[in-house]
Amino acid sequence: MTGAYDLIVIGSGPGGYVCAIRASQLGLKTAIIEREQLGGICLNWGCVPTKALLRSSELFHLIGRAGEFGIKTGPVSFDLPAIVERSRKVSAQLSNGVKFLMKKNKIDVIDGTARLAGKGKISVTKDSQSTEYSAKNIVLATGARARTLPGLEPDGDRVWTYKEALLPKAMPKSLLVIGSGAIGIEFASFFCTLGAQVTVIEVLDRILPVEDEEISAFAAKAFQKQGIKIVTGASVMKLDKSASGVTATLKSKDGKETALSADRVILAVGIVGNTENLGLEDLGVRVEKTHVVVNEWGETGVPGLYAIGDLVGPPWLAHKASHEGVIVAERIAGVKGVHPLDASKVPGCTYCWPQVASVGLTEAAAKAKGHDIKVGRFPFIGNAKAIAMGETDGLVKTVYDAKSGELLGAHMVGAEVTELIQGFTIARTGELTEAELMHTIFPHPTLSEMMHESVLAAFGRVLHI
Amino acid sequence: MSTQILMPALSPTMEEGTLTKWLVKEGDTVKAGDVIAEIETDKATMEVEAVDEGKLAQILVKAGTENVKVNTPIAVLLEEGEVATALRSNGAGQGAKAAPVIGVGAAEKLAPRAPEAGARPTPPSTEHRIFASPLARRIASEKGIDLAHLKGTGPHGRIVKADVENAGPAKPGQAKAPPARQASAQRPGATPSSIPDARLFFKEDSYKFVPHDSIRRTIARRLTASKRDIPHYYLTIDCQLDRTLEARAALNAKSPKDGPGAYRLSVNDFIVKAAAAALIEVPGVNASWTDDGLLMHAHADIGVAVALDFGLITPIVFAAEEKGLRRISGEVKDLAARARAKKLKPQEFEGGTFAVSNLGMYGIRNFTAVINPPHAAILAVGAGEERAIVRGGAIKTANMMTVQLSCDHRVIDGALGAQWLEVFKACIENPAEMLL
Repeated sequence: MTGAYDLIVIGSGPGGYVCAIRASQLGLKTAIIEREQLGGICLNWGCVPTKALLRSSELFHLIGRAGEFGIKTGPVSFDLPAIVERSRKVSAQLSNGVKFLMKKNKIDVIDGTARLAGKGKISVTKDSQSTEYSAKNIVLATGARARTLPGLEPDGDRVWTYKEALLPKAMPKSLLVIGSGAIGIEFASFFCTLGAQVTVIEVLDRILPVEDEEISAFAAKAFQKQGIKIVTGASVMKLDKSASGVTATLKSKDGKETALSADRVILAVGIVGNTENLGLEDLGVRVEKTHVVVNEWGETGVPGLYAIGDLVGPPWLAHKASHEGVIVAERIAGVKGVHPLDASKVPGCTYCWPQVASVGLTEAAAKAKGHDIKVGRFPFIGNAKAIAMGETDGLVKTVYDAKSGELLGAHMVGAEVTELIQGFTIARTGELTEAELMHTIFPHPTLSEMMHESVLAAFGRVLHI
Repeated sequence: MSTQILMPALSPTMEEGTLTKWLVKEGDTVKAGDVIAEIETDKATMEVEAVDEGKLAQILVKAGTENVKVNTPIAVLLEEGEVATALRSNGAGQGAKAAPVIGVGAAEKLAPRAPEAGARPTPPSTEHRIFASPLARRIASEKGIDLAHLKGTGPHGRIVKADVENAGPAKPGQAKAPPARQASAQRPGATPSSIPDARLFFKEDSYKFVPHDSIRRTIARRLTASKRDIPHYYLTIDCQLDRTLEARAALNAKSPKDGPGAYRLSVNDFIVKAAAAALIEVPGVNASWTDDGLLMHAHADIGVAVALDFGLITPIVFAAEEKGLRRISGEVKDLAARARAKKLKPQEFEGGTFAVSNLGMYGIRNFTAVINPPHAAILAVGAGEERAIVRGGAIKTANMMTVQLSCDHRVIDGALGAQWLEVFKACIENPAEMLL
């Protein structure tokens, strides 16, 4: 048994380590337990290394277009192991960064696998040695992993999850991506850009199903133009592996079965929470559909035990986890004026090409909620910077409540929109109406001008189309 | 070009009023200075004068309309030769320039520094700026919710959308449910309160419900804000009243029986005079707090609390230090009489630098008063009565009066308040000192 902590965080992903830093800032004696690398999935196997890969594929794509910009190149090719190596280096650098942040904030990093051993107690096992720690508060931030479906189990060779997809030894000639959420679409975009024949299979009737329908359709069209095949409304019944590849049996809504063969398959059909072997059952923590049930403050119902991030409810995004980590740390420290997380103010980004980003309600969701809405649209083709950049494919869409002028949602597809969405997120969080955004001066020439124009368009005042 | 005549703000705190009477009718020609309408606020009835000349083309707000918001267009004035029909097709709005109505009947009779309603620039607001998100403001204005009565739950207490929505009117199905805790927030002018609605505790047939009028709401709002926001502390002192009573008797004996020169000084007149003398001698008490600095007032403008059937009002004796007892006495009587008749002008009861509240006539020995902003102090005066006192080791009787000074500690530190009371006591115990 080692000295008592005010707070121990289990899991050092973007939820856990940010929670620990905030707690330490607030004067809590804090430790963090990690069984693998600091930074969790996000830094090591998720958001960050995929961005490194996508940067490589983006460059490859742009260099391929060099002539368009008056640049002469010889034949362009790529070195896949070098691309993967760079991606790993980026992850390692960031994981080291988290190590430094822990040290700087005087957070004890405990290496091992944690299990709750009663109220306020955690047993940590490392190399079959167990040490017990005690803490007044415990935050579970153990994250999630790829969901697998019966008959579709990954094997690490022909059938990949994100982990294998991040470490390809060779370019697959053809690839089936099962699932068209952010993870599936990003890998589809990466491998397609580097020359694989990619097919995306989605069980629902459109890709990127959480996005606004219009954006989904726009993105689908752009992907198809690049050569990605899209199959919607189809479930994968089984995968048959052979020496030469994988054959997937697809069943469409009307019951028709078809077969699709490819070199490799990437499974991206969602996530399941890492709830196992934590000792949750003994403490009576409720788990539903692999996720821990918590209230708006991350409280599990067991006094002093909290859960955040992918381990709890959606949206399953790193920045949502970090924000929950801050909220929980502040609640524990008794900070006044803390507010629960509002999912309608959490932006979502997909770093495919073209990028997709959104916050708030889709047009359909806004209507379903009974809002009388005004919708503004502005296409990239009307924007000077987009034309200068040679990125004229895209759309900025805003959904306003007609009565109150509340920005209900913003939805974008096109170059760099993941860097733009924060503007609308600030507008939503700061409760700005259309009037403030109309009065805001957007710099010219920038892509951000389209945000302005989209707001103007929603109120019949668009200037440049 | 047509000019809109707007509902004037007759005082800095006026938000709405009743347009009681039009003294002109559509088609009349008016000159600047003509009295065109009468407006009643919670405390007074006022005459409204025209600022421009022209033809009164259209009355937009009928006589007898209550709760007319300040700056609402109430009528349209056309310049000589303009055609009224053009105006109507214009909806009375397009191209019209808005002009505030200035001038209030008899305003020029006021002391020069008395505020002239409507004509002066908006004074630096003593009300705190309300922090609210743009969306919260928009929704509040649509729902007619006054943000001043909401408590913000956003960053630094900012009012956000959720606060406005939570304050929204009860849904139809809930109309008969017991009043919710936040029920008061729906009623304009109500004071936000965490205290449960008293109706929760009584059967409906066990009381008579008297809805608040605007004066009751104003009292509730201002005094709650005062007690909540001003760090009050209290100093009590006993004053021997005998010499004041002697001086009063001697002076009253000199008054003509009746006629224009007749007067009858009250003890309260001496108290007002003594307070004015003390405010000039200890100017630190004659001050107002603002977030940026203190306003050190040049004159002792003393509010004298007057109980009315319908509430409480504190008309002001301006520059009381410059006025003799007879003039103070006359002014207080006149102000009190006009207050009872609701004939006070706002500038006669709003503002001031200090207040005196006297409950001596009810036999109250001592009480604790709530400061009436923008004042930094108020003097609570108890009854003058014979008491046994000890002087030089012997018990004797004397006429004594206990007074208590409530001080705003942001402005007045304890020793300063005590010093003021010392001067006040000296003036009461030896009225001749007021001549110094």
